[in-house]
Amino acid sequence: MARVVVVTSGKGGVGKTTSTAALGAALAQAGEHVVVVDFDVGLRNLDLVMGAERRVVFDLINVVQGDARLHQALIRDKRIETLSLLPASQTRDKDALKPEGVAKVIAELREKFDWVICDSPAGIERGATLAMRHADIAVVVTNPEVSSVRDSDRIIGLLDSKTERAERGERIDKHLLLARYDAVRAARGEMLKVEDVLEILSIPLLGIIPESEDVLRASNLGVPVTLNNPASAPTRAYLDAARRLRGETVVMTFPSQKRSLISRLLGRKAIA
Amino acid sequence: MNLFSFFRRRRSAPVARERLQVLLSHERGNGGDSELLAVLRDEILRVISAHLTIDDDKVQVKLERGQAVSLLEIDIEVPGRLDQQIRKRRRPAGPPLLPAPST
Ligand SMILES: Nc1ncnc2c1ncn2[C@@H]1O[C@H](COP(=O)(O)OP(=O)(O)OP(=O)(O)O)[C@@H](O)[C@H]1O
Ligand SMILES: [Mg+2]
Repeated sequence: MARVVVVTSGKGGVGKTTSTAALGAALAQAGEHVVVVDFDVGLRNLDLVMGAERRVVFDLINVVQGDARLHQALIRDKRIETLSLLPASQTRDKDALKPEGVAKVIAELREKFDWVICDSPAGIERGATLAMRHADIAVVVTNPEVSSVRDSDRIIGLLDSKTERAERGERIDKHLLLARYDAVRAARGEMLKVEDVLEILSIPLLGIIPESEDVLRASNLGVPVTLNNPASAPTRAYLDAARRLRGETVVMTFPSQKRSLISRLLGRKAIA
Repeated sequence: MNLFSFFRRRRSAPVARERLQVLLSHERGNGGDSELLAVLRDEILRVISAHLTIDDDKVQVKLERGQAVSLLEIDIEVPGRLDQQIRKRRRPAGPPLLPAPST
């Protein structure tokens, strides 16, 4: 049975789009049929991160309004056969996204795919609530930083009240994806620790994605990080997170503290 | 970090720059090309469906935007043999779909 996942956060710039692309690619690499859906109307970026920006013909709003058929708007990934993208509209305003139309599109996507992964816009307005509306699973992307944690708490409240599942009195599966985690700064006490964030938000941990230049490089090239650099630390973290989404039990690995060149030469850890 | 990753590191920003230039040159002005593409698809399909029975579900529109040229591809899947599909002069009366060739 298809699962609809929303990747959400409240706060902007925490890594939702990066994570949507990476988790979508990771699931598809494992043979699942995946579609990643961009809900960020007016500010779409998932197409860029996926490297499909030159191939967008029709978008979510064209489909919602009946100007294009769903299959005409879906873009098949050139690298992974089982991965598709449904882009957001860059030109229309957000009000063009109608709840009934979105419900129809999601229902149709459920028929075609194993996973429907919705990249939410920042904020708690229409775009964000529509993106979470039909979700079975929520991936709450949070940075270890006060305003991000607070906004995540707010989003968790919305997930428990404004989603279809919540309204039916059912549970929505919520997972925390701690992104842009800098182990060195956390060890120095400059950043909230994993345990701190978990204790405050009290939802299960899906993964810890380290802050890494591999992410920037991958988005420059338009390749999900899991494809671009299979050996990198964020790739390993995303692959493990995807396995957990599929229901596997995977031991959590904590990002290790990077050792600086000097301390390596001296044979010591940068942070004791 | 090995030599390979060193060179790869230096290469990603120019790629990003080139991708953005192509994308933005298409996105600027006229607010993008999606409206035009819908019109093109509809008109092309209208002309073709005067002669062939086409199923909306079997029509795929593909595009690859480039700096100098773009490639627009419309794939129409027609079942069976093409000659069996041709609707011989069964087009309903009405204004011609294409202007009469000038002589
Ligand atoms: N693990 C990471 N390491 C380093 N940089 C990262 C990481 N994750 C995301 N980034 C960078 O942070 C920026 C924002 O990421 P992204 O676009 O995924 O966030 P977002 O939550 O989708 O933003 P928005 O709310 O604007 O949609 C990007 O420049 C991205 O490359
Ligand atoms: Mg985003």
